[in-house]
Amino acid sequence: MKSFAISVEPIDVAACARRLADDRAGALVTFEGWVRNHNDGQQVGSLEYEAYAPLAESEGERILAEARVRFALGGAVAVHRTGHLKIGELAVWVGVTAEHRAAAFDACRYIIDEAKARLPIWKKEHYASGATAWINCATRGEHAGGSAT
Amino acid sequence: MTRVNVQYFAILREQRGLTSETLETNAPTVSGLYEELRARHGFTLPGNRVRAAVNDAFVPQSHVLREGDRVVFIPPVAGG
Repeated sequence: MKSFAISVEPIDVAACARRLADDRAGALVTFEGWVRNHNDGQQVGSLEYEAYAPLAESEGERILAEARVRFALGGAVAVHRTGHLKIGELAVWVGVTAEHRAAAFDACRYIIDEAKARLPIWKKEHYASGATAWINCATRGEHAGGSAT
Repeated sequence: MTRVNVQYFAILREQRGLTSETLETNAPTVSGLYEELRARHGFTLPGNRVRAAVNDAFVPQSHVLREGDRVVFIPPVAGG
């Protein structure tokens, strides 16, 4: 089974954590990204995620492999949802194990930061007003929050 | 002419109104192909805000197109 997955189904957190079970590990650090009800001063009603799955999965595996090398991890697993998600739903889950907590905290942070910056995944916000916007894709004259990063 | 398949995602999918198409182009590189498609379909993102992938791997803008390539233009990403 792959360590990084794009999932159209809700993320099974218990199943993800079970895959990290390791008698040598003294620490498990997890990160959950949730769908939030506001962004950039606007009320958000839901979020739509779209992924270029083959490349997102291969790049996600690359990020996990980098983290394993940099932080002396036991295991690393991550899953990113796609589809139309409601407020409070789980959009991304990252879990890492290590002998000690410092490496696990650092690696978890590394993985989610790199995932946000590198994976070909996009989100469209649906606002209470009925308007929508692809995040980071605005150009001059459009929604001011979408500057390039 | 080079025959390639182009897949569209997110804002480009909506602006093109398609998820993929096969087309013939005289553009030698992926950046040339993007400019051609941008002019034809009115894509709002300038070429310097879009990355490219060919056959499911990232490539530089100077990548030379070959017959049968599967090309994806990648708008600014926003996962997480």
